[in-house]
Amino acid sequence: MNVVACVKQIPDPAAPASLDPSTRTLDRSGKLILDDSDSYGVEMALQLAGNVEGSEVTIVSMAPGGETAGLRTALAMGAARAILVSDDALAGSDALSTAKVLAAAIKRAEPDLVIAATESTDGYTGTVPVQVAELLGMPSVTFAKSVVTDGATVKVERQTEAGYDDVESPLPALVTVTAGVVEPRYPSFKGIMAAKSKPVEVLTLADLGIDPAQVGAAGARQEILDVKDAEARGSGEIVVDEGDGAQRIVAFLEQMKVI
Amino acid sequence: MDRIWVLAEAGESGPTPLTLELLTAARSLASTVEAVAWGGDTASLAAPLGEYGATKVYDVGDLGGSLPGAPVASAVAARVLGGDAPDAVLLPASYDGRDVAGRLSAKLDRPVLTNVTGLREADGALVTEHPVFGGTQIASARFTAEGPGLFVIRAKSFTAEPAGGGPAEVVSAPAGDTGATGGAVIRDRHAEAASGPKLDEAAVVVSGGRGLGGADAYALVEELASLLHGAAGASRAIVDAGWVPYSHQVGQTGKTVKPTVYVAAGISGATQHLVGMKGSKNIVAINKDQEAPIFSVADLGIVGDVHKVLPALIEALKQRG
Ligand SMILES: Cc1cc2nc3c(=O)[nH]c(=O)nc-3n(C[C@H](O)[C@H](O)[C@H](O)COP(=O)(O)OP(=O)(O)OC[C@H]3O[C@@H](n4cnc5c(N)ncnc54)[C@H](O)[C@@H]3O)c2cc1C
Ligand SMILES: Nc1ncnc2c1ncn2[C@@H]1O[C@H](COP(=O)(O)O)[C@@H](O)[C@H]1O
Repeated sequence: MNVVACVKQIPDPAAPASLDPSTRTLDRSGKLILDDSDSYGVEMALQLAGNVEGSEVTIVSMAPGGETAGLRTALAMGAARAILVSDDALAGSDALSTAKVLAAAIKRAEPDLVIAATESTDGYTGTVPVQVAELLGMPSVTFAKSVVTDGATVKVERQTEAGYDDVESPLPALVTVTAGVVEPRYPSFKGIMAAKSKPVEVLTLADLGIDPAQVGAAGARQEILDVKDAEARGSGEIVVDEGDGAQRIVAFLEQMKVI
Repeated sequence: MDRIWVLAEAGESGPTPLTLELLTAARSLASTVEAVAWGGDTASLAAPLGEYGATKVYDVGDLGGSLPGAPVASAVAARVLGGDAPDAVLLPASYDGRDVAGRLSAKLDRPVLTNVTGLREADGALVTEHPVFGGTQIASARFTAEGPGLFVIRAKSFTAEPAGGGPAEVVSAPAGDTGATGGAVIRDRHAEAASGPKLDEAAVVVSGGRGLGGADAYALVEELASLLHGAAGASRAIVDAGWVPYSHQVGQTGKTVKPTVYVAAGISGATQHLVGMKGSKNIVAINKDQEAPIFSVADLGIVGDVHKVLPALIEALKQRG
């Protein structure tokens, strides 16, 4: 079974984010890391591949500047190889353009199962994976909280408003996982060393046969008009509990007429 | 704007609240509002959808257990590509709404704007609002390409108001053959036992976070919520940890709540949590760390230990009877 795990490489969320003032898109010029949301997908892909003989996990990512730091993390966790699409013309891509590029790259891995995260930490459009599934002509199951496969079908517990549904789909299929489905492993020292010699195929738009005018800022069909400060919520009274904290809350609730 | 379609989702008792919010928003933006619905019982939706302003319901029909994403997107795309295109499609930011949006976007080759919390018309185009950086800033955006524009809208962005219209006309809009894309099928459904008001409808929400220290302590949150006739919520950290089911999660990937009073107990106030509860009328936070970001949005902040404050609060409320 060929399992593809989508991995977004993003600016470290711990570092303060900023918008590029000229394009009003997220500034991605700094060093990038593996999106934490995708570490669950990588772990899930590795576990599923481990249960079906003859399986292999390929990491697919689109990122600027030939960035491989996040890919190396995924390879160190145990993935066999990676495909990176990097092209200057991709800067400013919207979700659909990103999906077109990822779909073209994923196709090369002849996937039986594609795993992505429900939403990325920095973009959180939550639409890229389903767009990819549609472009690849695959069924998709989003919001998975548990995934099992025998290599022919995939069975998913999918979160719902009320609880969860048992969903079944033939392969090839795409599944998006939520955080907490599995506990991502820490790369071992051996894994980190092995990752250094694992193959990373770096592709440009030309390699994928995609017209640069259709993607990136050139092909974006949406624009950000402005970014303004939201109405600030004035912070109220902050008091240290001296044993009277509960009484203060009671008084507040009375004032708000909820008790 | 001439015509807007709203993806109408149904729950157990008719259209979901978010569906009614979208119909209300659509009504203020377009002269004609039409809905797209699915499931075996669309006829019964005609009245409530009509009451909120839809004049027609395109009925995709019974999906026979298939997940809605592929068949519903296919039905909508068939109409649009057949020449019957609205100016915009409003979709709910729900599990199935997002699936339909992604598929529709790829089928129509149109981008989609997600996480929309506001919508207005300017120079004949729809301009969206999106909270960024945990809602501290608001970005406005619009489509620059040919329509229909696709908008995925978060709950509680608009207030639902009936328009008093008669039942909508039901028009059959079957999905056609979805091929392999329609292969995902629901085999069984599991609902968690729910008591008290719904999280996104309650006047009081009490949420707990990792500061509770363990799954057992969530009982304090539930007890307090029940004493206040409210609902119990949670941060993602404790949902991921398996302390409480996902249906309790408040925030970017969970529910948006706007109660009269929101109580955050042992929650740090990460941006992804704040976007889901910042719209509450009043916020009470209990956290032992004076620097916790949750205090920046709190009307009343108690710097203290949840294990002291919550039991004392519960006791005081019980005393009042
Ligand atoms: C893509 C993405 C989506 C996300 N979506 C959501 C979402 O929808 N909802 C959400 O909530 N989060 C979401 N998150 C996660 C979010 O970033 C935070 O990790 C999470 O909200 C933290 O939960 P917490 O406040 O319970 O835990 P922590 O951040 O660990 O905070 C615990 C707090 O408890 C306090 N504390 C500890 N002990 C005590 C005590 N005895 N008494 C009082 N206070 C105490 C601490 O001071 C601390 O402030 C998302 C993250 C990502 C990347
Ligand atoms: N540039 C990218 N490279 C690889 N995977 C991506 C990329 N963008 C999005 N994805 C995948 O799609 C998921 C959802 O992203 P988003 O639609 O941005 O919320 C991510 O968590 C990844 O699994």
